Amino acid sequence: MIKDLGKWVDDRLPVSRFWNAHLAKYYVPHNFNFWYYFGSLLLVVFVLQIVTGIWLTMSYKPSAENAFASVEYIMRDVEWGWLLRYMHSTGASFFFIAVYLHIFRGMMYGSYKKPRELIWIFGVLILLVLMAEAFMGYLLPWGQMSYWGAQVIISLFSSVPVIGPDLALWVRGDYVVSDATLNRFFALHVIALPLVLLFLIGGHIMALHEVGSNNPDGVEIKENKDNTGKPVDGIPFHPYYTVKDLFGLGVFMFIFAVVLFYWPDGGGLFLEHPNFTPADPLKTPEHIAPVWYFAPHYAILRAIPDKFLGVVAMVAAILILFVLPWLDRNRTRSIRYRSTAFKVNLFAFAAAFIGLGYLGTQAPTALGTLASQILSAVYFGFFVAVFFISRRERTQPVPERLQ
Amino acid sequence: MIRITFLLCLIGLLAAPNAKAASSNYPLKDAEVDLGDKASLYRGAQTFMDSCASCHGAKMMRFGRIGDDLGLSEEQLAVLLPEELTKPGDVIETNMPAEYAQRTFGIVPPDLTLTARVNGGDWLYTYLTTFYADPDALWGVNNAVFPDVGMPHVLAAEQGLFQPVYETEGEGENAKRRLVGLESPERPGTLSEEEFEQKMRDLTAFMVYMAEPAALLRAHYGPYVLVFLFIFTLVMYLLKKEYWRDIKH
Repeated sequence: MIKDLGKWVDDRLPVSRFWNAHLAKYYVPHNFNFWYYFGSLLLVVFVLQIVTGIWLTMSYKPSAENAFASVEYIMRDVEWGWLLRYMHSTGASFFFIAVYLHIFRGMMYGSYKKPRELIWIFGVLILLVLMAEAFMGYLLPWGQMSYWGAQVIISLFSSVPVIGPDLALWVRGDYVVSDATLNRFFALHVIALPLVLLFLIGGHIMALHEVGSNNPDGVEIKENKDNTGKPVDGIPFHPYYTVKDLFGLGVFMFIFAVVLFYWPDGGGLFLEHPNFTPADPLKTPEHIAPVWYFAPHYAILRAIPDKFLGVVAMVAAILILFVLPWLDRNRTRSIRYRSTAFKVNLFAFAAAFIGLGYLGTQAPTALGTLASQILSAVYFGFFVAVFFISRRERTQPVPERLQ
Repeated sequence: MIRITFLLCLIGLLAAPNAKAASSNYPLKDAEVDLGDKASLYRGAQTFMDSCASCHGAKMMRFGRIGDDLGLSEEQLAVLLPEELTKPGDVIETNMPAEYAQRTFGIVPPDLTLTARVNGGDWLYTYLTTFYADPDALWGVNNAVFPDVGMPHVLAAEQGLFQPVYETEGEGENAKRRLVGLESPERPGTLSEEEFEQKMRDLTAFMVYMAEPAALLRAHYGPYVLVFLFIFTLVMYLLKKEYWRDIKH
């Protein structure tokens, strides 16, 4: 009976073909390690943000007059509202933790290299849109940091030569961040950008499933197939990686729940303390700090004395990721078989990113600015160095099969 | 090794204290807030209604919620209600008209619902206990963690009035005096030092609760969720092991 129904549907919609192509007969290397959990985790967090977001929208009021109070209404009077809100706010931070680790994984194992350049490009686009999504979402609680953070970032547009001031006005919809800004950010945050993200994530996964996953050895499993055409080092994604990822999800949710139930403001990093003061356009806070996940980019912005050049550097810090597949000219993918110079370069990059993240949350000091300048140089230096290191790099031989 | 270094970096990054607008360097005292101590929260609520609510509102806090969360009887809740007509669904509002406050204090006293979330319980407790005599200030008092505070020392009669101990830094024209400590009241208050500190601890605890009533719910549900997730993860681990038994890796 059920089988007949299944066949009836299958004759009309390629359900089982889809299931096989992407899960049951989608072959993946068997040697995925810790770093390979984050892809599926990101998908889960994305869904979590969408679902909790829908419920938050049911009680949130996108107006300058009511926004702050409506968030507190959610926290106090809406049944389980506090849980939804904390899931959404914690989810935003965990989204970025997972995204940054996911990107670092790609850089370590050379997942951006031929034939996976498009997957990487989709990924960087996702990062860009995610940042816009998070930035706009952060305005919605309409606290002091929401307000002044948005004020600072939008005013960056005004540093663009010639069209700057008009551009900032166009983005803001007013001469200061106001009700008009809040409303358009709300629209973009709940509909436009999530839709764009959905399409980009679709593209990311379709491109991935077309060429297949890379792995910690950087060996192409499709080059070793048995006589039935299956990769000898591959295993079907389902059930092997579905169960493995469920275990990873369990660990992730456990950590997520510890934060949500016992540390929801993340010591002021996930929910900034001054943001519990309603937005006041007449009172600039002493120190305007971005949320932690924007802090590295904010530190790069502040490192450069000229405002416009600072903006250029900040944007370039993300855009430069697009060309990484062509900057790295070495064909060896995995860090396991690459030179010490590459390893040092990559870990210096990661350390600079973390250091910039710390500096971006601190009030500016002369020493901090100097440190930001040095670390910004290390950050961009990675891309220059990788271009030269990769030209005549002495790599170790890559094995034929997975180790 | 690399993995451990990386994780340490990550933990370090998360644990890095967020820069806080520090308006004073006076060391904060530990408020020892215990949201599980309902009696303390109730005493704090009474102090809040008696001493704070005449000037400050807490417009996001409903009386009924306090009653439910602290397990108060109707009589106990009635003690908190400012008027007979006040309903449990009402929020804490002040009777002081904003115009009058503006004229008298030069500022409308801020709403206190979320104060503890902005500044933290330790700051609040230190603030409440460190008013001191300062003849140059508007009300003759200043505060160790809130320089040039606009609020009079409402509880001076109970605490007594502390005298400041200054230290001079720099010389000549650049000399600056810095508050380094407070001396026992020259005229003792109606409460002993311990009694007053306990009263302020209770008040702080109440204000921490008021800033986030959901904290009680978090503490209540947290263990169940964690136990469930632990078991779920364990089962998934065993399931994964079972499935992967025949995979060479």
